[in-house]
Amino acid sequence: MKKVLVTAALAASVALPSTALAQDDPIRIGILVALEGAFAEGGADGVRNVEMALEEAGMEINGRAIEYVVAPSDTTPDTAVRQARKLVEQDGVDIILGPLSGSEGIALRDYAKTVPDVTIINGISGALETTWVDPAENFFRFNLDGAQWGAGLGTYVVEEKGWTRVATVSADYSFGYTNFLGFAVDFCRAGGEIAERFWVPLGSSDFGGVIAALPDDVDAIYLGVGGTDAINFLNQYQQAGAETNLIGGTIMADQTVLTSRGRAKDALIGTPTSGPVASDNTDPAWTDYVARYQAAFPEDERFPSPSLFGVGYYVAAIAAIQALEAVDGNVEDVAAFQEALATMPLETPLGVVELNENRQATGTVFINEVVEDGDGGLTNQLVATQEGVNQTLGMTADEFRAMGLPSRDTPDCAALGGAG
Amino acid sequence: MARFASRHPVWTFIIVLGLAVLLWLIFTPWSPQMEETLGRKRIFLNAIFGGVTLGALYFLVASGFTLIFGLMRNVNLAHGSLYLLGGYLGFEISEFTGSWLITFPIVFIIVAAVGIVLQHQVFRRMDGEDLRQTMVTIGLSVVLADLMLWYWGGQSYTIFAPDWLSGPMTLPIISSIRDSGEIVYLRYPAVRMAILLAAIVIGIGMWLLLNRTRLGMFVRAGVDDREMLAASGVRIQYIFLAVFAFGAGLAGIAGIVGGTFQSLSPGEDTRFLLASLVVVIVGGMGSIPGAAIGALIIGLSEQLGLVYAPTYSVVFTFLIMALVLAFRPQGLLGSAR
Repeated sequence: MKKVLVTAALAASVALPSTALAQDDPIRIGILVALEGAFAEGGADGVRNVEMALEEAGMEINGRAIEYVVAPSDTTPDTAVRQARKLVEQDGVDIILGPLSGSEGIALRDYAKTVPDVTIINGISGALETTWVDPAENFFRFNLDGAQWGAGLGTYVVEEKGWTRVATVSADYSFGYTNFLGFAVDFCRAGGEIAERFWVPLGSSDFGGVIAALPDDVDAIYLGVGGTDAINFLNQYQQAGAETNLIGGTIMADQTVLTSRGRAKDALIGTPTSGPVASDNTDPAWTDYVARYQAAFPEDERFPSPSLFGVGYYVAAIAAIQALEAVDGNVEDVAAFQEALATMPLETPLGVVELNENRQATGTVFINEVVEDGDGGLTNQLVATQEGVNQTLGMTADEFRAMGLPSRDTPDCAALGGAG
Repeated sequence: MARFASRHPVWTFIIVLGLAVLLWLIFTPWSPQMEETLGRKRIFLNAIFGGVTLGALYFLVASGFTLIFGLMRNVNLAHGSLYLLGGYLGFEISEFTGSWLITFPIVFIIVAAVGIVLQHQVFRRMDGEDLRQTMVTIGLSVVLADLMLWYWGGQSYTIFAPDWLSGPMTLPIISSIRDSGEIVYLRYPAVRMAILLAAIVIGIGMWLLLNRTRLGMFVRAGVDDREMLAASGVRIQYIFLAVFAFGAGLAGIAGIVGGTFQSLSPGEDTRFLLASLVVVIVGGMGSIPGAAIGALIIGLSEQLGLVYAPTYSVVFTFLIMALVLAFRPQGLLGSAR
């Protein structure tokens, strides 16, 4: 009994001052980021970028200091929620920046509803459902989702390349469906035809049978796989002597594939892909950001240029800073702070980003093509940009809803004006 | 085999019938009605050949594993690390020398030497202590995986097949007959056919070695009764060393093969360890023909599953393993002891 009393007294003494002295307290920001598992390197880059954004703001807003706490997750939803709860209940943060991966985002959306006074600004998680299905009022996402990342690529291949009939091979899981949907919606609306769709389990290493089953009479093959799956596919694709044009999903031609050793990746030369960043972007907002990133950290403690994850967390941090400045650092006025987040256009290294009524970003997608970099390696070259890509990919909300959530059979190409 | 046929006439009949149907499906041109119900023949053939060649790779990894287990009762859970090490070394050597074939003997020797060190310095010190050996090999596999990650990094490597094996070759199997009556033959990646051939040669070589030589006689005797063999004056530790080196070397060259038609990256070691465990459980611990049959079944089920039932393809492997464990726990060709 005595123990309970002591604990209660202690808890009260801890809880009391924080409400009484709110104005003199620092603004507390929690960084929820995956620092274990496959995305650990990218997550560490996310932390670096938040530090950089806060340093640029002088670690204070209107005289109020900013403090931050890093909460590591391992990309699983239950760890993400546990760490978010720890940030809110133990560290008493006002703002959470994160999470990093798709299923974590969905879990945090649901958690957000239980803590309306805490503001969550998404790190870089990209599941469509997070801000589309039953979104939370206090969850904001300034990066594009997986479906938006595919937008613009379809029109590009139809109009610039003249490829109108494709077969698709994509990974059989949520991101595979979502990223494919972005490409397919655009491609079908441009009059393209999807001859056949193949779905391969994540982690398949031998694609011989699938490669043989690909139809001959197509202009190109869309590949929505990534990492080692992508390399295995390309290797076996070359060995089978196939030479059709390729179109890549967002993770098809990322650094993991382009920096792989051996010649499997050479099959990618000339392949268009789409995604949220273009490393050779000449927009001053981007080049300036890259220069600051490179100056802020010694060369052995950072990537050559910021990773996708780093950019996402940077954008989340500057969004928080801009909204905090708008309310003069008075983060306790949650309504005004969230209003500022939701309504103010944000200048980011990737162009101006605005949020829609679901607090989801509308922004720019970059179309890249894989080229040889002259030193025997491969690199992405920016060939087109698609501006103002919104959550519903240019449809009305009702049309987008009617199409259904991403799955193997969604979207129905014929219903969008294409064929197949 | 004759004993099996006389003891299980019904099963023999079913197996022979199944094989005959399979061969008929492979060699006969398909009629339009068959293509309608079964899909295009080219897809079927590619899935079958993909499965058989994948089985060849699994056989190379698993045969060393099963041989080591059969003789020394030693579950070497670092076997996958030897596979990955062989692959990485193969990449370095093929980049350095520019020759693909030369990497095989070199990698075989290096990885076999690693195997000798493992056997001589680690396993000999804990002879007969199953649990300790298992724990130590798990530890070794973690250490080796981290060392390889440190040196070769996290990116993927693929080993480039030589020019004379790049691209597809034409096999004398009819893939389809065009309306004009022109016969289209099956085209299949040459490098995979070469690997299949090599695996068959190695398999036959191992069988001959085990059944026709003095060393093989010792090994078989050791599998049956180690103590008796040692008591009759054979220096069993030397045989252990030879077998361990051979098994490790095979895992090493399997790494080159895997790096050539798949890719090498951290995590492949555990994937192939798991694959060889499944193969050995299905085929029967300690049996070389068992490893061959197990590898073939697992390879075929993976490829046919991927093409005809992609949703469930991941389950098939483990379903087969569960069925074997339920109805024939010693494995298809394992001896019940």
